Amino acid sequence: MSHAPKTEPKSNWAPSARLSTLKKRSQCLQHLRAFLYQRDLIEVDTPMLSAAATPDAQLDSLALDVQAPGQANPVRRYLHTSPEYPMKRLLCAGSGDLFYLGKVFRDRDLGRRHQIEFTLLEWYRRGFDLKQMMLETAELIESVLQALGEEDGVALTQPTRPLEVLTWQQAYARYAGMDDPFGANSQTYQACLEAHRIAPIEGVDADDTELWAQLVFTEVIEPQLGRGRVTCVSHYPASQASLARLDPQDARLALRFEVYVEGEELANGYQELQDPAEHRRRFEREQNTRQALGKPAMPVDENLLAALEGGGLPACSGVALGVDRLLALALGEERLEAVMPFGFDQA
Amino acid sequence: MATVSTSEFKGGLKFLMDGQPCNIIENELVKPGKGQAFNRVRFRNLITGKVLEKTFKSGEKVEAADVLEVDLQYLYNDGEFWHFMDPGSFEQYQASAAAVADMDKWLVEQDMCTVTLWNDDPITVSPPTQVTLEVVETDPGLKGDTAGTGGKPATLSTGAVVQVPLFVQIGEKVICNTQTGDYVSRAKD
Repeated sequence: MSHAPKTEPKSNWAPSARLSTLKKRSQCLQHLRAFLYQRDLIEVDTPMLSAAATPDAQLDSLALDVQAPGQANPVRRYLHTSPEYPMKRLLCAGSGDLFYLGKVFRDRDLGRRHQIEFTLLEWYRRGFDLKQMMLETAELIESVLQALGEEDGVALTQPTRPLEVLTWQQAYARYAGMDDPFGANSQTYQACLEAHRIAPIEGVDADDTELWAQLVFTEVIEPQLGRGRVTCVSHYPASQASLARLDPQDARLALRFEVYVEGEELANGYQELQDPAEHRRRFEREQNTRQALGKPAMPVDENLLAALEGGGLPACSGVALGVDRLLALALGEERLEAVMPFGFDQA
Repeated sequence: MATVSTSEFKGGLKFLMDGQPCNIIENELVKPGKGQAFNRVRFRNLITGKVLEKTFKSGEKVEAADVLEVDLQYLYNDGEFWHFMDPGSFEQYQASAAAVADMDKWLVEQDMCTVTLWNDDPITVSPPTQVTLEVVETDPGLKGDTAGTGGKPATLSTGAVVQVPLFVQIGEKVICNTQTGDYVSRAKD
């Protein structure tokens, strides 16, 4: 049986954003740079291609083979998922405060609020604790939203968004009615999802407490965060520490924060882990998780570990912010490609 | 049976849920900065027409459904089944009352319809957006009423009842919109 396709292929040459939006995008990039230059950060354009890649089990690096002179075979390189490692090597080398504004790549992540290739702003501040970093991030977000709300130099009535700061634990209490998320078991989390009439979930083991906890966060809590305000959630469980320091007062907690506006995750920051041995342990833990998920192991960034041991990472905090999401939020766009010159499907 | 992984999910993908064919309306990736990815899926059960939501852990698999949308010509109704034909291959299909549902009142012999096949059996039938039907019964309109403000019910050859302007008479052909069930205009013939 053969039937003719019902749709004609259409040409894809047009930009995925309106030209007026691209002008706003340009303003946004300029504004972000101005904000950070004014605070004496230096801009670094670290390599996109790296011999090592993040072992983070939930991130997939794109790989490509590079033919370098003097080599019989091409060498494997990975496109960075964030500029974190080379930026930390620069900090270890004594660079001082610095930022990266440019493209990063994450395989598989494509949808309404995700693009494989997207623009990230990442910056590091020596001597900043978690709270100072949260405040600066919220200030930067607010200043972009205000600047993009201007039309021909005239400020439109943009009410300032108040800042809400709460811990991961308080977020469960305030927005999911769960007072003790640390003491909760998977049944409690599932009951919470049910009580909030969340659509059925497929494929999660009944006793996978951590994943049920995550689902309460993404399905119940997240959509309520940052409504009319900027919400910072901090002190995540240590299992989600990534490369954040653990709280010296309570080792169950990681000094990590995320920033939400209108239910959308915009930024993710850490008071940075400094101990090289602990770095290695966390990398190994991620490699083991990768193996359990059937994902290939990634080459560990030995240069980063050597830098942490050699120069040493100064006490600092860092944050990564999704620029396309911020722009989409400022301009009221639903899909990320609507604020990019060309989205993945048009590139 | 073939399976489909969540990584292949997209709008229009047909899969089986609880043994019934479903069509994905919207597939959204949910991926927190640090955490496992999920697919939040809105889909339509093609048998009941109900729209449902489900969130799948990424990497989960579902059974693919052999569902195809084809353009077929409506032939006749034998009292039990509605018969359709692929004008290219002359292959014939019979649709049950459940598949035709309340669309029978818009089925005109020889009209091309969009038919959804599941395992080669029709499960839904969509008539053309506009069909032309003869008025078999309606009250005579009042002479001189040209304002067109009022209307009157008219029974058409298939049994459909639509609201028509007062000037429309028995024996005339009218064009109707099958999606809204509204009279569009008199047919010129």
